Amino acid sequence: MASWPLLSFTTFLPLVGVALILLFCRGTSPDVVRNVRYIALWTTLVTFVLTLFIWINFDARNPGYQMVEKAAWIPDFGISYHMGVDGISVLFVVLSGFLMPLCILAGWESVQTRVKEYMIAFLALETLMIGMFCALDFVLFYMFFEGVLIPMFLIIGIWGGPRRVYAAFKFFLYTLLGSVLMLLAILAMYYVAGTTDIPTITATQFPRGMQMWLWLAFFASFAVKVPMWPVHTWLPDAHVEAPTAGSVILAGVLLKMGGYGFLRFNIPILPEATEYFAPLVYTLSVVAVIYTSLVALAQEDMKKLIAYSSVAHMGFVTIGMFALNQQGIEGSIFQMLSHGVVSGALFLCVGVVYDRLHTREIARYGGLVKNMPKYAVVFLFMTMASVGLPGTAGFVGEFLVLLGVFRDNTWVAALAATGMVLGAAYALWLYRRVVYGKLVKPDVKAMFDMNGREVATFIPLVLVVLWMGVYPSSFLNMTSASVEHLIQTYQTKLAASHAASGVSVAAR
Amino acid sequence: MEVLVVFLPLLAFLIAGSIALFGGPKAQPAAAGHGHDHHSHGHDAHGHDDHAHAALTHDDHGHDDAHDDHHVVAGPPTAGDRTAQFVTTGALLVSALLSWILFFDVAVGGHPRTIELMTWIQSGTLDVKWALRVDQLTAVMLIVVNTVSACVHLYSIGYMAEDPQKPRFMGYLSLFTFAMLMLVTADNLVQLFFGWEGVGLASYLLINFWYEKPSANAAAMKAFLVNRVGDFGFALGIFAIFVLTGSVQFDAIFAKAPGVAGETLHFLSWDFNGLTIACLLLFMGAMGKSAQLGLHTWLPDAMEGPTPVSALIHAATMVTAGVFMLCRLSPVFEYAPTALEVVAVVGALTAFVAATIGFTQFDIKRVIAYSTMSQLGYMFFAAGVSAYGAAMFHLFTHAFFKALLFLAAGSVIHALHHEQDMRKMGGVWRKIPFTYAVMWIGNLALAGLPFFAGYYSKDMILEAAYASASPMGRFAFALGIAAALLTAFYSWRLLFMTFHGKPRMEKDVYDHAHESPLVMLIPLGVLALGALFAGVGFHQWFIGHDRMEFWGKAILALHDHDSIEAAHHHTPAWVALAPLVVGLIGIAMAYVAYIQMPGLPAKAARALPGLHRFFYNKWYFDELYDRLFTRPAKALGYGLWKSGDGALIDGVGPDGIAAATRDVAARASRLQSGYVYHYAFAMVIGVVLFVAWLAAFG
Repeated sequence: MASWPLLSFTTFLPLVGVALILLFCRGTSPDVVRNVRYIALWTTLVTFVLTLFIWINFDARNPGYQMVEKAAWIPDFGISYHMGVDGISVLFVVLSGFLMPLCILAGWESVQTRVKEYMIAFLALETLMIGMFCALDFVLFYMFFEGVLIPMFLIIGIWGGPRRVYAAFKFFLYTLLGSVLMLLAILAMYYVAGTTDIPTITATQFPRGMQMWLWLAFFASFAVKVPMWPVHTWLPDAHVEAPTAGSVILAGVLLKMGGYGFLRFNIPILPEATEYFAPLVYTLSVVAVIYTSLVALAQEDMKKLIAYSSVAHMGFVTIGMFALNQQGIEGSIFQMLSHGVVSGALFLCVGVVYDRLHTREIARYGGLVKNMPKYAVVFLFMTMASVGLPGTAGFVGEFLVLLGVFRDNTWVAALAATGMVLGAAYALWLYRRVVYGKLVKPDVKAMFDMNGREVATFIPLVLVVLWMGVYPSSFLNMTSASVEHLIQTYQTKLAASHAASGVSVAAR
Repeated sequence: MEVLVVFLPLLAFLIAGSIALFGGPKAQPAAAGHGHDHHSHGHDAHGHDDHAHAALTHDDHGHDDAHDDHHVVAGPPTAGDRTAQFVTTGALLVSALLSWILFFDVAVGGHPRTIELMTWIQSGTLDVKWALRVDQLTAVMLIVVNTVSACVHLYSIGYMAEDPQKPRFMGYLSLFTFAMLMLVTADNLVQLFFGWEGVGLASYLLINFWYEKPSANAAAMKAFLVNRVGDFGFALGIFAIFVLTGSVQFDAIFAKAPGVAGETLHFLSWDFNGLTIACLLLFMGAMGKSAQLGLHTWLPDAMEGPTPVSALIHAATMVTAGVFMLCRLSPVFEYAPTALEVVAVVGALTAFVAATIGFTQFDIKRVIAYSTMSQLGYMFFAAGVSAYGAAMFHLFTHAFFKALLFLAAGSVIHALHHEQDMRKMGGVWRKIPFTYAVMWIGNLALAGLPFFAGYYSKDMILEAAYASASPMGRFAFALGIAAALLTAFYSWRLLFMTFHGKPRMEKDVYDHAHESPLVMLIPLGVLALGALFAGVGFHQWFIGHDRMEFWGKAILALHDHDSIEAAHHHTPAWVALAPLVVGLIGIAMAYVAYIQMPGLPAKAARALPGLHRFFYNKWYFDELYDRLFTRPAKALGYGLWKSGDGALIDGVGPDGIAAATRDVAARASRLQSGYVYHYAFAMVIGVVLFVAWLAAFG
């Protein structure tokens, strides 16, 4: 299968769906709209199957890039079309593929205006996301990375809630600011390495002083994406205003781009700066875990609460990767995957009741368990996964991250572990107010339980969360070789530069 | 067989759960009104039949108190209900039977074994497996868990007969049992943690079973969160153990423990003795789960759950998980003597404090809950003085008599229309003689009167504490004796207030008081047998001369620490007699105060108002925690949100920039003045910046 460009095929398949929609679906009659939905669904389903092929095709023991495609693009500048996945990125490709059909299903009934454009935006988004995780050339990466902003901006700005314009601009402003700095960093690297090829740049040693600036530039971009405290405030607004499926993708995949960026660039390319700045990351992450958990406790809006919980969970992710040991990094990758599924599912849970009552205000609900028992079960399950109950996906990542960081810094571990308590507090508090209590409000009473489409959306999510919780080896095995390689790269480069600086100090 | 024992309850849960969710028409209350009309009609018709039927046999017009909401649609057991009850109870009966077989094979026969199921988490050197470890310690827990659980399942069929959500209840019970079995069969700390949190979830669900009651919602959340505080320590403890020994698997840890006894661990900013800090962190988990002083506040509130739940989870099994953990990790704790001393002190204080609260409460279930907490304290200080066998023995006997007491209390509550306040009871012993009799048995076992179960286990704990080489032994002994006095007092206070004296409930309630149905009495009988014979029948194995062979390698007490051995040889006669004497004194006091001179307790309370209020309000732990943690957390969250995110970050960040941009744009428009030198100036600045940048990086 090596000759078959599987990655490109998967990446660009959603665009075929876009083309189909543009070519064959004209007008706004119900039939056309239905066709648009089905085309989008089938495209994403086929793409998902292809991502599964990538997974199957992936050799877990090989730490390097696989299924590599390379073609000259702008040879004069050393820019090429270079794609490939390793253990760090492959599962994110699968995650993107997995969530996308569910997003299409989530917008099946709730989106009634500009359905065609909506589906096109999502399909384009899928191409950009998958491309981003596969890109092995900085220019290509940058294009995908920034390109993601555009459909997301539109999704929030067009299909969002009442304050959608404010939220969309905030989202754009924050992320763009970081991106500009990253572009500068990429340019600077190009000057030194003479190429934009990521594997080549990874093998390049950058001078210490330069590493610091480059690191900060990348950090600015990725920290916004993650988002890390204190540049997280765009996220709650974006989530609140975004349509359900937009929130799912935002939490499920877009946030992971930041974490992925750290793993792909900051750590292996800039090890000295990473070592130097790790305490900064620790500090910001611990603040994020505690601060946003407390803030989540005070929320009155369901989506805002889950958005803040996302910031806290992503705090675990950044803590884990900067512990720079096997458990920490594997845990942080796992945490990103599980958070992608679980928070996506939680946003879908909000979507279910939002579609019925058109409000996200927690106080407007109560007693749902009585008339929506199936919903209550799914919501409870996902709440528990978010809390990190062992046996669900949430536990494994959190546990590995904390274990990893405990080996490195017990203060960080102990402070981050308070997230276990605070996380349970806000999650159960939300669940209690929405689901338990007496069913008295007439409009809430009139709500009916999940329909077949909704059940079909949740079944795969529940199964995956259980699978990840009970037998995480399927996922951890994929990442372990590459993570080991990453740590090795980091340490070798660090040792080399320490030795070099030792010599220069001696020479002085 | 091990696999069956553990996974049958899981299977039962899945079946009952599906019935609750999809199968049973009753699971969908008629209030939903969407597509269930047909079902509810059917029920109404049956409902009338059942009421007539029920009144004839054991019950009448439903219950009329806070739980009432759920009895609105109470109907006859549907086919789904019956299936759920049959499947769950049947599974548990089989599991219980198999556990006894396992017990005789593994513990008595001495064949411990471990069955590996599959890999769980593997990352770097961390390797966690799903496995079933069945050694002597586990075998004991298996019979405790499954026997009590089977009894409670059976009992629940009768107790919850009026509840519309039977499959859900039975399913939760089975889920709990499964989690508990995973806990006791864990072969590593992480699976132990799995079971640990799993029982926490089941406990949360069951406390919240009557989910329309705000008090139940609050209690469930509190239970989960307080346990999470403990689990915070537990998790850190696991990490510490991993850092010290390089493994989380029990045998590997135990093998390494003696070797790392002297090693230090840098935790937070200090250097600690590694094993001590690891054990203390793990102990924090045990404190949460077993409601030890400081993390105990959830247990009394947990009585919001239906009574069978209190019996199973909050008396016999889950809350003893902490004791089990200490015994399981005895090969580690033995090398951390400082940690053991802390355990002994916390246990002793818990035993005493809980007893002081217990004798001022009026809710029958809360009295028993504080009694449970107090008895758990005994088990903890037994473990703290290295008398692990005695701790396990008390766990074993306590499971029977405390489950018995709870279920008997449930029988009383059931008889009196869900009345739980002892001030509204009294004089019903003739009406419910069987319940009355088993309550006596339970009380006698709890107070440790000779030949009853508690006599063997509690006395051994006190003797071991006295004889122990641990510096905290005598302290624990003194508090233990004081607590024993209070225990006897409040147990008979409960008995007298509930069954004797003048009936204080409404006449109607009194007239309708009735003995429980057979399906509830059988479990009471079984547990009463346990309360009678668990002590005399098993003490040779648990704490007697056969204990070394019995426990094998499952428990380790270093020779110098072996307080049971010491107790066998150097116990003065007065120490052996003291528990019995104070117990009798306590009973006599209760007799005087509640039968002979019923005005006395009120007078005593008036004479010492401060002390009484202090005890009655549970030493103000709840108020303290509310002030210290709950309210500040909420206030802080709100403050950070509004001023941190809102004013500071957004104000300075995006909103500020947006405002500033508007400002700059306004000025820039003024700058577009048409003068060439303005543009030139801007260009120069640009060039300077560009050159500077090149100089820095070029």
